[in-house]
Amino acid sequence: MNLDELKIGQIAKILAVQESLFRDKLMEMGCVPGALIKTILRAPMGDPMAFELEGYTLSMRKAEAKTISIQLIKQNI
Amino acid sequence: MAGNSNKTFVLAGNPNAGKSSLFNELTGMRQKITNIPGTTIENKKGTVKLDSGNALLIDTPGTYSMFPKSLDEIEAVKVINSDAPPDCLIYVADASNLKRNLFYFSQLADLKLPMILVLNMVDVANFKGVVIDTERLEKELGIRIFKVNARSGEGIAALKEALDQKQFVPHYDFKAIAESEHESRYDAIDHLLQKAVGIKNPVEMLSSKLDKLATHPVWGYIIFLGILFLIFQSVFTLAEYPMRWIESGFESLSNYLSASLPDHWIKSLFVNGIIAGLAGVVVFVPQITILFFFMVLLEDTGYMARVSFITDRMLRSLGLSGKSVIPLLSGAACAIPAIMSTRTIENWKDRLITIMVTPLMSCSARLPVYTLLISMAIPNKMILGFMNLQALVLLAMYVLGTAAALLAALAFKFILKHDIPSFFIMELPLYHTPRWKNIWTTCWQKATSFITEAGKVILIVSIVLWFLASYGPKPEQTVSIQEVEQLDQSYAGKIGKSIEPVIKPIGFNWKIGIALITSFAAREVFVGTMSTIYSVENEDDHEQIRNKMRKDTDPATGQPVYSLAVVLSLLVFYAFAMQCMSTLAVVYKETKQWKWPVIQFFYMTGLAYIGSFIVYNLFS
Repeated sequence: MNLDELKIGQIAKILAVQESLFRDKLMEMGCVPGALIKTILRAPMGDPMAFELEGYTLSMRKAEAKTISIQLIKQNI
Repeated sequence: MAGNSNKTFVLAGNPNAGKSSLFNELTGMRQKITNIPGTTIENKKGTVKLDSGNALLIDTPGTYSMFPKSLDEIEAVKVINSDAPPDCLIYVADASNLKRNLFYFSQLADLKLPMILVLNMVDVANFKGVVIDTERLEKELGIRIFKVNARSGEGIAALKEALDQKQFVPHYDFKAIAESEHESRYDAIDHLLQKAVGIKNPVEMLSSKLDKLATHPVWGYIIFLGILFLIFQSVFTLAEYPMRWIESGFESLSNYLSASLPDHWIKSLFVNGIIAGLAGVVVFVPQITILFFFMVLLEDTGYMARVSFITDRMLRSLGLSGKSVIPLLSGAACAIPAIMSTRTIENWKDRLITIMVTPLMSCSARLPVYTLLISMAIPNKMILGFMNLQALVLLAMYVLGTAAALLAALAFKFILKHDIPSFFIMELPLYHTPRWKNIWTTCWQKATSFITEAGKVILIVSIVLWFLASYGPKPEQTVSIQEVEQLDQSYAGKIGKSIEPVIKPIGFNWKIGIALITSFAAREVFVGTMSTIYSVENEDDHEQIRNKMRKDTDPATGQPVYSLAVVLSLLVFYAFAMQCMSTLAVVYKETKQWKWPVIQFFYMTGLAYIGSFIVYNLFS
């Protein structure tokens, strides 16, 4: 499962970040394997999305979220 | 007496960690003023008064890592990596978001420079249930840590005192392994924070509730458009009173001078040249200040990032990015800082397109031109009881400029060849209450720099123009000391008439032609030029410029010169034409190639001519 499929309110653990031009940027921002991430907002038309991780809000486009593979931990809370 | 301690301190940290607030608190007003409101995009220098003497403090743009992705970040890292490293790095971290804030910290710690860690926004961290054991953290890192509230000034005194003392080099090992640098760093930070940070029950932040509204598919846009409408309504209505005072002040001044000074060419120079020119422009300072106030306010509260978020999808299809919103909206105040703020856009093509189209956004220099023209041709009445018709037409001008900018972006998207995909990985900072002190300072700086910068140009242009409009060639001698009877016999009149054939198709006469030439350097000069031209023509009549222009009739037809068609054509011309030398200069500076300002000049001015031609023929 990839991060772009994570629904609002769901929490997941990051498993891996695919190689890309923005991989370093994603990892600097805290998207490293093992980190917990929660979807909190979707812009109109579902793109970009915003996530909560490490106590702050990070936004990225769907295409960028697609490069992050995750494991679902908690359904809607 | 406090001497110079020759020490240099550098403020570093992530964006939104509060570096600039801390910089302001530490330096007071002893700082070099930069021209860019909102986010820091250049290194700023200031002086800190310490007991041992004055020290230099450098504020750097917020950065997430030592490997910068955008131009503003490159600037920040340059200072730290420079040949003369600072005596101490003051790392500002947002305590509510410590893990990510410590990532860049850990990279800097590897440089083995003396460091101080400043934890800002501890109150927000407490809200989120984060409890930080500062003593433990100090012991682990081996450096001193200070908790401050950069907004209220809490903890600043203790920090200042510490700056005078010996600083320590961090000794924590962040175990950065080359091939998995990010993961190993984050692991090491995790390990560190487990020892020193506890989590209690968090409170739901107001920010997340506000965000649900601000990014709502319907409400999000309604709120955004509502805010924009409110701004433009305020620019028109709030500024009305100060503008009236300024107008009547200048009117009595010129009446007084023309009554008391002897009849001499100097009197004419003062009354019809300098004062007429300055009055035309100073009167718009209230509007410009109000516009800047709102722009800074939107960025300072964190709302601008939400606008980026909800507009990214749409802007992307036009070849821009959500990050283009800040330059585009700031372009409504002034294109120069707006173009400089594109440095935060990582992708070259996104950035270039933003630079190319931003000057189409109606800037505050166009405001005096719009206001004068609208007040001449559009009746001042209310529609549906609450909307002022003039304000509505003004709003339409802004919509026109925005639409032109977006369409031009689309055109550039297909013309420019560049295939590196862009990304939009961005923090949405917490909302916070505006820092009124910062906002007032910015507004004050803007207003004064407008008066001095624009004032200088307008003063010179007014004097030259007064001469050209008052004197003219005579058959016997080239320069006559005697004033010519008619404006059309003067040098200015001759120049205007020589370009009349070119501008006749878009409805402009030779008087407007003079103003077009003089306002090439800066748009607002149009108003000053009109004031001067009409003052020279009607020497004894010191009424407001718009009334003078309204009374002007075409000698051939007896119809008013400024008919609806002419005024609308002028409005469109000023909306699109590239008439700002400073913008062209800054575009060259930011792109490092002459071809971009040249292309910009020709496409915008071409658009203006075609647009005016269509509008003039449609309405006449």
